[in-house]
Amino acid sequence: MSFDVRKIREDFPILAQMQRGKPLVFLDSGASAQKPRQVIGAMMRCMESAYANVHRGAYYLSETATEAYEASRRAVATFLNAARAEEIVFTANSTMAINLVAHCYGRGILKPGQAVVTSEMEHHANMVPWQMLRDAHGIELRYVRVTDAGELDLEDLAAKLKDGKVGLVAVTHMSNVLGTVTPAAQIARMAHEAGAKVLFDGSQAAVHRKVDVQALDADFYVFTGHKLYGPTGIGVLYAKHALLEAMPPFLGGGDMIATVSLAGSTWAAPPARFEAGTPAIVEAIGLHAAIDYVTAIGLPAIEAHERALVDHAMAVLSQVEGLSLLGRAQDRGGVFAFSLDNAHAHDLSTLLDRAGIAVRAGRHCAEPLHERFGVEGGTCRASFGLYTTPEEIDFLGAALVKAREFFA
Amino acid sequence: MFDDLRDLYQELILDHGLKPRNFRRPEDANRHAKGDNPMCGDRMELALKLDGEVVTDLGFQGRGCAISMASASLMTETVKGKTLAQAHQLSDSFRALAMTGSCPECGAELADEMERLQPLAGVHEFPSRVKCATLAWHTLNAALDGSKEASSE
Ligand SMILES: Cc1ncc(COP(=O)(O)O)c(C=O)c1O
Repeated sequence: MSFDVRKIREDFPILAQMQRGKPLVFLDSGASAQKPRQVIGAMMRCMESAYANVHRGAYYLSETATEAYEASRRAVATFLNAARAEEIVFTANSTMAINLVAHCYGRGILKPGQAVVTSEMEHHANMVPWQMLRDAHGIELRYVRVTDAGELDLEDLAAKLKDGKVGLVAVTHMSNVLGTVTPAAQIARMAHEAGAKVLFDGSQAAVHRKVDVQALDADFYVFTGHKLYGPTGIGVLYAKHALLEAMPPFLGGGDMIATVSLAGSTWAAPPARFEAGTPAIVEAIGLHAAIDYVTAIGLPAIEAHERALVDHAMAVLSQVEGLSLLGRAQDRGGVFAFSLDNAHAHDLSTLLDRAGIAVRAGRHCAEPLHERFGVEGGTCRASFGLYTTPEEIDFLGAALVKAREFFA
Repeated sequence: MFDDLRDLYQELILDHGLKPRNFRRPEDANRHAKGDNPMCGDRMELALKLDGEVVTDLGFQGRGCAISMASASLMTETVKGKTLAQAHQLSDSFRALAMTGSCPECGAELADEMERLQPLAGVHEFPSRVKCATLAWHTLNAALDGSKEASSE
């Protein structure tokens, strides 16, 4: 299937909207992506004709809903090339998936005195849970440095793995601020050689690249549905089956048990063990539709389109006088954080909004990273989706030039 | 492209945003507070000298967008020399102004001061920016009440 961005845009009803009388230029897909009709329709059809609670009723609708829910799990497994569907745990989002690992693997398996390695470029979702683990469970926390170019300092990682105390390396597969794509396979190799497991925060990466958890040899991999053109309220934890088998449960309640008596309970096998309570059924159906949608277009085609956008954005943004970009990694995706010399990020985003351009301003849930680059006051961030066009990037460039004149 | 934003970014605001007045820490200050807007990273420290009932001097330091810097700058100018009660009243009135664009309840007593703050009324049309304008005033309240931290969240 050839990649025709015009046709793709027709799948996204919201993109036809006018914003303050101007065509919407949506450059905040990194925060949350827009939804194609295919996802919206699948969720509506589920609620209109195939909805009931799952794993509970022995009647037609419940069986249908259960089958659809489990079909979504199989689709996620295929999407990530997991060895089996039971390695896929549905969560509410990436944040919950990482907290699950911090709880069940961190407190359940790691021993006080061991260390967790994360990095300076993490989203708070992959930083705060490890700080909480450190404080509650006597785990040492180490941060891999980020180079001036915005890449992970692999020499520093090697140094931090050296003493053999590290039980887990938890790093991003793609930075939500710098756009940097990290060398995941190499990081996994380094972690494993040091006797550590590895978790990748794929919240950004899984949207832009074909992810193969077996090729990466990832122990844990997480992503979130709403950035992948799917609904909010659903996320994914992939974990190797043996790890899930070994881990104690996260939340207690229905669905996660094998037996319950007044004296105590025994746990269900994974993945049910980690899915207490009624799950996000409609959202799982929506995620399945989103995966089918991007798979039909083809991740390689999406990646090629976005590579062209990245090159174009680099050319356009570097022409804007007074603009500085955060990070210039070799391998990067369509996320650009920048600041203008004479305008604060918030003022800038108010101006861009007037032009119909939606960008995010602030620190993008990565305060330590902004501190690292000396921009504590925040940056503006433009992030692309599969529906983004080169013309939109040109328009952003022109608006930035005008904005700088406005504040001059 | 941005002409209609001149209502929000009036000359006065750009001027105070770029060159904030009273951007300093008064030597003999006896009240201090920090203001924080965790969403966007705006942060300020306010120090003031309360002499009996009167705010005889005040200054602020920190970082933020043009709106928050200008608002803090104008706040220090209007509050200087006011009594505690007047300062509180200005703070309430300003917040009404920033949130609704006007302050019909505001009395005549501080009309000149409110006139001075009028250029910031434009923020009420930008819900995500109202807190930029009110941060300085939250911080002022904290300093006057003797608490140490204010947040515009
Ligand atoms: C790199 C990264 N990690 C984690 C998250 C958290 O995702 P969620 O808020 O869906 O849990 C995000 C997005 O906000 C992200 O960009």
